[in-house]
Amino acid sequence: MEPIIQLTHKPLNRDQLIAAVSHPEVGGIVTFEGVVRNNARGKQVRYLEYEVYEEMATQQIQTIITEAQQRWGVDRVAVAHRFGRLEIGEASVIIVVASPHRSEAFEACRYIIDTLKKTVPIWKKEVATNGEEWVEG
Amino acid sequence: MKVSIRYFASLREITGQASETLELAENASIADARTVLLERYPRLQPVMERSVCAVNRRYVPAETSLHNGDEIAFIPPTGGGQPWSPSFN
Repeated sequence: MEPIIQLTHKPLNRDQLIAAVSHPEVGGIVTFEGVVRNNARGKQVRYLEYEVYEEMATQQIQTIITEAQQRWGVDRVAVAHRFGRLEIGEASVIIVVASPHRSEAFEACRYIIDTLKKTVPIWKKEVATNGEEWVEG
Repeated sequence: MKVSIRYFASLREITGQASETLELAENASIADARTVLLERYPRLQPVMERSVCAVNRRYVPAETSLHNGDEIAFIPPTGGGQPWSPSFN
């Protein structure tokens, strides 16, 4: 199937993404969900603001998915990333990989989230109780 | 020639805009565009040193030549670090 790539202001819908990659030939579905944490480096985080270079991010995510598909043969992948203001506990990113066997799905999912964090132009600003900053790493 | 510059995150806040058009010499490179922007916005210096560059939505090295109508973005570090070492120091 064509991979699903969503960049959206709206809350992410995990169930919808899982349903989209499901198929009778699938034996395992791995989901990674990144959520907003209430602390970072000793600071108390109030909320996060994500910003995206949308056109480039879409292309980069497509490239990463293609690499994962070639490497692990995973055919059914969905990647969703939210931007704008996110509250504590809300999902900022969801990766779903479905494959006939679990091993490929785990490895491909791990590769996609790790590479996405490194190469996709999406930034986050931490708004903490004692100030705000664009954060790295 | 004219190129468009897109600003994100701290670069957008420092320049106070999301994009602008830049007039450059015909054979200008990304490094030349960077020099022009640093003259215009000296406060970009620290983040520019940690940014990599994209032309037409692909990562490219600093010596890349620019062409009329190109879309340039200096990409400050994202959540998980850099796609590779910064192109300029």
